[in-house]
Amino acid sequence: MTAPVVTGPVVTRPVVTGPVVTGIGIAAPTGLGTEEHWRATLAGRPSIRRITRFDPAPYPSQLAGEVTGFEPADHLPSRLIPQTDHMTRLALVAAAEALADAEVANGDMPEFDMGVVTAASAGGFEFGQNELEKLWSKGSHHVSAYQSFAWFYAVNTGQISIRHGMRGPSGVVVSDQSGGLDAIAHARRHLRKGTKLVVTGGVDGSICPWGWLGQLASNRLSTSQDLDQAYLPFDTRACGHVAGEGGALLIVEDGEAAAERGARKLYGQISGYAATFDPKPGTGREPALRRAILGALADAGAGPDEVDVVFADAAGLPRLDHEEATAINAVFGPGGVPVTAPKTMTGRLYAGAASLDVATALLAIRDQVIPPTINVSPDPRLALDLVTGEPRSASLRTALVLARGYGGFNSALVVQAVNGQRTK
Amino acid sequence: MTSNNRRVVITGIGVMAPGAVGAKAFWELLSSGKTATRLVTGFESSGFRSRIAAQCDFNPEAEGLGPQEIRRMDRAAQMAVIAARESIADSGIDLAGWDPARIGVTLGTATGATMGLDIEYRVVSDDGRLHLVDPAYMAPHLYNYLVPSAFAAEVAWLAGAEGPTAVVSTGCTSGLDAVAHAREVLAEGSADVMITGATDAPVSPITLACFDAIKATTPRNDEPETASRPFDLTRNGFVLGEGAAIFVMEERESALRRGAHIYAEIAGFASRCNAFHMTGLRPDGREMAEAISVAMKQAAVRAEDIDYINAHGSGTKQNDRHETAAFKHSLGATAYDIPVSSIKSMVGHSLGAIGSIEIAASALAIEHNVVPPTANLNVPDPECDLDYVPHTARERQIDTVLTVGSGFGGFQSAMVLTGPDGGAS
Repeated sequence: MTAPVVTGPVVTRPVVTGPVVTGIGIAAPTGLGTEEHWRATLAGRPSIRRITRFDPAPYPSQLAGEVTGFEPADHLPSRLIPQTDHMTRLALVAAAEALADAEVANGDMPEFDMGVVTAASAGGFEFGQNELEKLWSKGSHHVSAYQSFAWFYAVNTGQISIRHGMRGPSGVVVSDQSGGLDAIAHARRHLRKGTKLVVTGGVDGSICPWGWLGQLASNRLSTSQDLDQAYLPFDTRACGHVAGEGGALLIVEDGEAAAERGARKLYGQISGYAATFDPKPGTGREPALRRAILGALADAGAGPDEVDVVFADAAGLPRLDHEEATAINAVFGPGGVPVTAPKTMTGRLYAGAASLDVATALLAIRDQVIPPTINVSPDPRLALDLVTGEPRSASLRTALVLARGYGGFNSALVVQAVNGQRTK
Repeated sequence: MTSNNRRVVITGIGVMAPGAVGAKAFWELLSSGKTATRLVTGFESSGFRSRIAAQCDFNPEAEGLGPQEIRRMDRAAQMAVIAARESIADSGIDLAGWDPARIGVTLGTATGATMGLDIEYRVVSDDGRLHLVDPAYMAPHLYNYLVPSAFAAEVAWLAGAEGPTAVVSTGCTSGLDAVAHAREVLAEGSADVMITGATDAPVSPITLACFDAIKATTPRNDEPETASRPFDLTRNGFVLGEGAAIFVMEERESALRRGAHIYAEIAGFASRCNAFHMTGLRPDGREMAEAISVAMKQAAVRAEDIDYINAHGSGTKQNDRHETAAFKHSLGATAYDIPVSSIKSMVGHSLGAIGSIEIAASALAIEHNVVPPTANLNVPDPECDLDYVPHTARERQIDTVLTVGSGFGGFQSAMVLTGPDGGAS
């Protein structure tokens, strides 16, 4: 049996059982919109710069990956602007793009058949800071009525469900950077129980002074002022990460439901997932990332030799980079699989990071090319085949995406091309 | 992950509730019909429209937390850890004898570390004067407040869990949705034991201010002890609460093998969104009715099997009518025969935690065959015409309980619990 050879989104589709990705929406420092992000990512174009959203001068970390050129009024109805945090506006734009990409318009499907599952980390923190400021400097009567929901962790799911008339099973997960994968996994659970379509992923960001202070307290932010050297995962010079904002939302559908409605794009299938938690610090037990990788592969029914590329979490701190490289090498052998971290261009987007990586991995599979990790000179002791400098053409059918969250969260997700073998 | 739909049971309960530390004290409070709603303590509340709250009275040191734990944990995390410890002890499970990889955690919270953030914000902003908040006054544990996922980490460390761990945060249905999430993790075989439940400590100036702004909370400041009046014609808003309820949940066969005491089975669950308004509800209750019907179908129970409905019953006119309509839609005429009560009349509305606190109440209702009452229900609202069990607890054989939640963002959730022997007859 031979599978059709395709380049780009599949037009004639085999019916796939299980969850498939039929639409992508991206709001990231690399670009507002999927193709803009993908072009910048393949070009290795850095989007980390000195913070413009507030004056970072008082703070030891002054660089961030900001979404630039975003005018909310160009994208959203005016009534939504006063009631939304910046990150929610970005999420609404990404959701609309993803649905348009999947060619699903409001009203096309029964409302109870569609749900929304998003990841959050700190909620609408900038909105929250503004209201705290009013509360303490002017008094409680000055606090906005919108504060009751604009900052809370569930806001993106709520707003997306309202805007697009989605009344099915939904949800919100918070597991720091791992959330971007955990949300997709939870969306998959909804599909297994009969929901036909779920908007899922994470769009995040708290680049405001109060949010920035919270992030500084993690002791994981790089204090380098050098745009090219601030975030260097897997490099001997690794000195923390640069924070960013944005992320990606995906349309995931049951494969048969997607075929039934004639979905034209099948970016790939969500075929494996596992989540683990690290042992309590000080116990001396092995970090749990390796187990997450093995669990996701087992869930996908794939062996390590089938994985064509790994999108790394890329913490950018020596201890965490070492842990991640050790886990990858334990499963794939030293240098046994190409590894990349395009988030070196955007910074770490918290709950948005991993879903952006999943989107990027699907685009990599579509175009059969691995986007590069920029600025990094790989530490040879880590023994990773890190894709640096130029994009690397490769035969890609299976990608593994890793995410680790502050405190010990580990998640791994396997995405695969939908229609059997690619051209080798 | 395998999808073999294993059955999931509650084998341990820990509760930190207003007026009651521990599950035993909590049940005594509920079955006595006493209320724990009072004037707010802990900060100056004189400027607020609503100055009532149901607050927990506990000493973290006396509950076994060390000085460093107390320092780095927001109040909500402290309550979760204390309740988790109680639930583990209650279940009799020897977690040290389990494979850590098979133990996981799902915690719910709506507002995370809002109290801790409010306190730290005042310091670094010098009471709102500095927009560029001052890093010199930054608390070292501030990141643990920034991300509520830190709560799940604390509970995982307590339990020695190294399996799937996450926070679920869907506003006021978080407490139901987190337990449902843990149930999915167990049912699909990704873990064998889950420590799950929810916590929230939202009684802070910013929370009071934002509920004041939308007039969601009751201004009945001269009668705090009777201010929470679900289904009563004179109700005029909810009373903010705080608390935590944490459960040990296990796959049923494994719980039976170890001879565990089983409180209840989570037999059905469904959630829906109203896709209508971030704080408003459609009056017809369609989404909640849909969630109830699907949860009942999953649990294979009929309307006449339901012995007790633990209502969301927040005490806003909008909610009480919305869910009364939802019960009638989903249960038909049988809705009139089923006792319905709202424990929020006694312990207030602790936002993301209350769903789990109400699961605890539901499991304990099955355990004791007692329906907890709706306190303060004196003047029935003619539009709310079900049997709301006013004032006094009612003895009744209880095998099957429906508990529901409704929240900002449009979330509507429904869960069916059945007794240890399978519930529905």
